[in-house]
Amino acid sequence: MSAAFRLLRREMAIAWGRGGGLLVTGGFFAGATLLLPLASGPEPERLAQIAPGAAWTVLALSALLGLERLFERDFEDGALDLMAHAGLPLEFTCALKCLGHWLATGAPLAFLAPVAAIALGASPALAPLLFACALAGGLAFAFTGGIGAALSLGARRGGLLTAVIVLPLFVPPVIFGGGALDAFTSGLPWRAGFALLCAYAAAAVALGPLAMAAACRNALS
Amino acid sequence: MTQALAFLYNPHRFMAFSAWAAPLFGALALALAAAGLWLGFAAPEDYQQGDTVRIMFIHVPAAWLGLFVYVCLGGASFLSLVFRQALADAAARAAAPIGAVFTALALATGSLWGKPMWGAWWVWDARLTSVLVLFLFYLAYMALRAAIDDEAKGARAAAILALVGLVNVPIVHWSVEWWNTLHQGRTVFAAGGSRAATVFLVPLLLMSLSYMSAFGALWLVRIRGEVWRRRAAAAEARLAR
Repeated sequence: MSAAFRLLRREMAIAWGRGGGLLVTGGFFAGATLLLPLASGPEPERLAQIAPGAAWTVLALSALLGLERLFERDFEDGALDLMAHAGLPLEFTCALKCLGHWLATGAPLAFLAPVAAIALGASPALAPLLFACALAGGLAFAFTGGIGAALSLGARRGGLLTAVIVLPLFVPPVIFGGGALDAFTSGLPWRAGFALLCAYAAAAVALGPLAMAAACRNALS
Repeated sequence: MTQALAFLYNPHRFMAFSAWAAPLFGALALALAAAGLWLGFAAPEDYQQGDTVRIMFIHVPAAWLGLFVYVCLGGASFLSLVFRQALADAAARAAAPIGAVFTALALATGSLWGKPMWGAWWVWDARLTSVLVLFLFYLAYMALRAAIDDEAKGARAAAILALVGLVNVPIVHWSVEWWNTLHQGRTVFAAGGSRAATVFLVPLLLMSLSYMSAFGALWLVRIRGEVWRRRAAAAEARLAR
């Protein structure tokens, strides 16, 4: 257990420390949110309409940022090889890597997302639901994103390839979360969309590590 | 089924089988397409859609085949990943571009159909979106395969991706029921029998069978090409030694 805990701390330290961590993802999130009113005009009514969806989209895009570093660096310096031969099953190691990545970057973004949506003109009543959606969605993004990151190990232009692989996998959580937020803003029942989002996140957490470990073993073989 | 697969695993038997099966499927596809198109153009105009209803005969089978080819791709990837069958990997590699073309055809003809019917080239309905996602999965599969230089590693990574993407296929299929918005629901396989009239149903089924045979022919030809390519690469490697 202590090995698992240490691995989690190491992953979080890497995600926080090296390469800026939260500063980079948070900065990207703020910058992309800023571009939206600049591009579509500052009329408050129009902005308020698209605010929850915009914050949700930018959140999904921000989740792509750190994925490249999730396995690539450990693959290159040989640490991944050691992890594959260590006592922990590789599936568990991959799950811990994604969990650490989510704790260090995805979870803090969940605090930023409601702020961005309110700044764009969304109703403050939306904030708790957006926060919860961002937490669950971030988990789904981290674990499906990990699949893409592991699959593109050893590929040319791995970072770009990761995005191409991962974006189609982001479609269901984006639809479910967006549906829940949209239903909430128009006063309709929103629980179904939120429950489906949580179900997708749970499935990603359960099944994603199997695919990641298989992809890592393939890259290391 | 498993016996038929076991028979075809042997590349020599596969080459002997496909040498006559591929042209046979091709001829069958042409004959069925001729009959299907003839009946399709002979069918009366739809009382609501007019002549544009005939787009259905090329649109609906293309959408079905886009899904069907993905299931074939997933099945072949499973066989190559679990049982390390070289021919199954060749089949997966050969299926991807064909499926991508069928999906693109479904999207393009659907767009041409949507303009007169819904008044828009594209609507962000759940089913259209999920077919687009299916297309993106094909692209991602081919991109991943092309980006990894080591062929064996690339094949296995792509197979894992194909199995992950297989999760998407049920979502595409049931999305009509989940987020039923603008696209019409199930018609042909609706509960309690088909809701389409027979004069439209017969050409539609003929065209579907034609597409299916065309896929069979193209797939076999492409697998044959892949087998020849690998033989050539092996011969080249022997010569270089």
